[in-house]
Amino acid sequence: MSDALRELGTHIETKRADCVLGWEVAFDELTLDAPLSNIVTLVEFLKTDPTCRFSTLVDITAVDYPERARRFDVVYHFLSMYQNQRIRLRVAVREEDMIPSITSVHPSANWFEREVFDMFGLLFSGHPDLRRILTDYGFRGHPMRKDFPTTGYTEVRYDEEEKRVVYEPVSLVQEYRLFDFMSPWEGAEYILPGDEKKKEGA
Amino acid sequence: MMDGSKGFEDALTGEQKIRNFNLNFGPQHPAAHGVLRLVLELDGEIVERCDPHIGLLHRGTEKLMESRTYLQNLPYFDRLDYVAPMNQEHAWCLAIEKLTGVVVPRRAQLIRVLFCEIGRILNHLLNVTTQAMDVGALTPPLWGFEEREKLMVFYERACGARLHAAYFRPGGVHQDLPDELLDDIEEWGKGFPQVLDDIEILLTENRVFKQRNADIGVVTEQEALDWGFSGVMVRGSGMAWDLRRAQPYECYDEFDFQIPVGKNGDCFDRYLVRMEEMRQSLRIIYQAIDKLRAPEGKGDVLARGKITPPSRTDMKTSMEALIHHFKLYTEGFHVPEGEVYAAVEAPKGEFGVYLVSDGTNRPYRAKIRAPGFPHLQAMDHVAGGHQLADVAAIIGTLDIVFGEIDR
Repeated sequence: MSDALRELGTHIETKRADCVLGWEVAFDELTLDAPLSNIVTLVEFLKTDPTCRFSTLVDITAVDYPERARRFDVVYHFLSMYQNQRIRLRVAVREEDMIPSITSVHPSANWFEREVFDMFGLLFSGHPDLRRILTDYGFRGHPMRKDFPTTGYTEVRYDEEEKRVVYEPVSLVQEYRLFDFMSPWEGAEYILPGDEKKKEGA
Repeated sequence: MMDGSKGFEDALTGEQKIRNFNLNFGPQHPAAHGVLRLVLELDGEIVERCDPHIGLLHRGTEKLMESRTYLQNLPYFDRLDYVAPMNQEHAWCLAIEKLTGVVVPRRAQLIRVLFCEIGRILNHLLNVTTQAMDVGALTPPLWGFEEREKLMVFYERACGARLHAAYFRPGGVHQDLPDELLDDIEEWGKGFPQVLDDIEILLTENRVFKQRNADIGVVTEQEALDWGFSGVMVRGSGMAWDLRRAQPYECYDEFDFQIPVGKNGDCFDRYLVRMEEMRQSLRIIYQAIDKLRAPEGKGDVLARGKITPPSRTDMKTSMEALIHHFKLYTEGFHVPEGEVYAAVEAPKGEFGVYLVSDGTNRPYRAKIRAPGFPHLQAMDHVAGGHQLADVAAIIGTLDIVFGEIDR
């Protein structure tokens, strides 16, 4: 299984050297790093090349790494029902980058790209209808970003006096529970209450 | 003239002033199978454009999962496609097992196969019969739900819950099955083909059912690929694609079953494929029961190690086992760094989990790939040009559950 994937990886690299930054096979899966500018031609190549024939788009999603300069990884999964193989494309993008939409090659990319836009705020150029998809009408922010709090910013309730649903800033009875599971023996920095004042004085 | 204005005498001129209608279908429509809002643009009774508005059941599962341990995330999967809960858990367990390299004991694999197939029957029974209700038949859902109830009792006897099972765990299944449960599943299996026959007598040659389904919502092979279809939606269009056969996971390669395919790719073929899949699932269930009874099928149901709890007897005698148990259910297990995509052939199609781990006890990112999402997306394409009444039939046959689409 892995040998076949390695063969496929070298095949794509030799045929499309300009579209491949690197590839690896891990856990029996082929991952290909691609540059942002050539993504559409690469996807088209993967769809039409007889040894690839990745005719089905399985998924498009993104992963947020806030500490990186190219903050997001946009991840494409493709499946070939003819060759019975899968591939994953990984494209590192900046927050303000425009990602070329692949809806012209795979019509099914439409909603997946809308979801990535909705959840991460990444923009796709050439997308026919880039609206929010999963969040509420008039929602603000992009919830899957790591700096978006899990509790959100607003909550809704039905107001008996106004006879309609009202939006309010979220107020929690109990703080959202996020436990620190770092082992005290493995380099967690514990700052005792009061210690921060000492630093200021010194 | 439907806007109520006067002054246009169509009876005199013989012409009618026609304007397109925008119709809001749902979100509280019984044929919308949950909270689907369709904005339909109608030309007379013909659907010109169909814009599904989804997200009314969005619960932010993927976001919530990032702040919980791997084990705490498992029950979220029951709540995705709540029609066949265990099939979803399976994908999550497979993803974790792939990253950690845990080998599941044989008995647990067989139990997983057994309950995945029960889940498939649960799903298809609901889908086939409620779709029949959407096109006007009332009896099939009543008969189908009776069988579903029996199957959910089996779920309950295995894990204690009718729907939200949390039964498949990373490394195996939570508890072993009692022998009587296997006997009772076998006993139920004897009567089930008769129920399927009864439903088929009601539907397959039924004139109304055929008129409403045959040649409606035709999906060609190319369309199925372009729109990212999987499961019954591609098999109905004539492609024998089934992950259980093409990319076998668990021990599906040992089982003898056939993959039914349709010819025309219309709603009626998809109905036939689902009916036949239930019969094939029953075959797999019988084989799984036989294998579970064989001596090789006995043994532990969990791969004892860091990601699974110690046995109760160990905990009574061993301090380390007690500490392990406590750490497992508070901190949870750590998963090595890496990213994997694990997919199963869920009843609705390919259900996948893309898991990115950073080596801690919580997933860094988990993306749930629901089969219904691309299926519903193609609604505009499939339903365009059909009559309004066919929209209900097509939604029914796409097999949509909003728990998994909205996540």
